[in-house]
Amino acid sequence: MTKWLKELTKGVVVSNPIFVMALGLCPSLAVTNSLDNAVGMGAAVIFVLLCSNILVSILRTWVAGIVRIPTFIVIIATFVTMVSLVFQAYVHTLYESLGIYLPLIVVNCIILGRAEAFASKNNIGMAIADALGMGFGFLLAISMIATIREILGSGSLILFSNTLFSLPVLSDQPISLFLLPAGAFLVIGLLLAFFRRTGLIKNE
Amino acid sequence: MNNPLTIFIGMALINNFILVKFLGLCPFFGVSKKLSNALSMGVAVTTVMVAASAVIWPIHYYILVNLHAEYLSTVVYILVIATLVQILELVIMRTNYALYSAFGIYLALITTNCAVLGVTLVNTSEGFNFFESLLSALGGGVGFSLVLVIMSGIRERLENTRVPQSMKGLPVAFMVATLLGLAFSGFAGMV
Repeated sequence: MTKWLKELTKGVVVSNPIFVMALGLCPSLAVTNSLDNAVGMGAAVIFVLLCSNILVSILRTWVAGIVRIPTFIVIIATFVTMVSLVFQAYVHTLYESLGIYLPLIVVNCIILGRAEAFASKNNIGMAIADALGMGFGFLLAISMIATIREILGSGSLILFSNTLFSLPVLSDQPISLFLLPAGAFLVIGLLLAFFRRTGLIKNE
Repeated sequence: MNNPLTIFIGMALINNFILVKFLGLCPFFGVSKKLSNALSMGVAVTTVMVAASAVIWPIHYYILVNLHAEYLSTVVYILVIATLVQILELVIMRTNYALYSAFGIYLALITTNCAVLGVTLVNTSEGFNFFESLLSALGGGVGFSLVLVIMSGIRERLENTRVPQSMKGLPVAFMVATLLGLAFSGFAGMV
């Protein structure tokens, strides 16, 4: 049980997929322009990661080594298709604003990386813990980036179309740089440097 | 968006894959430490992007659309790309070994490069015809290589500068990307 908890918590801080391992940056930075998008992307990634880790772990003794990677990719692509169909049916606005980044979860290095490095070598329980830990670590990291970008870039914070708060001066004259793609690089770079400076994350 | 030049410039500069669409960031930060590696990677990615677009266009319009199975596109695209990369790797290995050893390892990495899957998804969602698809893939590849080469040039120089301890490595690379991204945002509205 303690080992299970250790696998669960490692993904959140110690080996956070975004800040420590710098994996899965591609489809994640693009959706951090608003908190809604980031939460939607995080939820989709958690679902795909959990399902693919479970299935890969179940199949790990049957899949021959040489066809390992293609098999994992097909498994992941199947779950991604499921997520995008569900999003298209029930949260259409989110589906529209995520656009091509939703199908691009297939090539999110975190998911294939965890299938290859963890789920294919461990039992189901451990694979679930790993998926949940990594998934929440990912959600936490991109929500953090999205919160900073949305507050500075638009002066307010909106979650599920409820305005959480809005800053008086900033909402009249928002720093739109933070909503530009360059703003995403700036925020993640500064956050990374800050975490290293405070010792939360070890230097390379 | 039907003028060929518009598509090419749009994909290469205005909607640059790395700096605007955030696609292909893994090789961008991983491979961009040396100029020569960056160039090989750029050429390899551009080749695969054009080849993948050429193969996927007929598959999408003649098979998936005819069978009303567009929902399978993600699965089909990634399988086609993975297979294509394997075949290209074999062909290059047999025909030109020098070239293979120059970018052999990068070819294998390209399967999980978001830019390749990204360009095929963009082609479909924009409704490009066959030649427009090829052109947009070429534009995307050229834009990708351009930024990769610029970045590697800057990072080679960064090696010799004194960077604060906590900014070393990735954080300073992100800062460089910020500045490049700002520069490229000047292309917005050009077309």
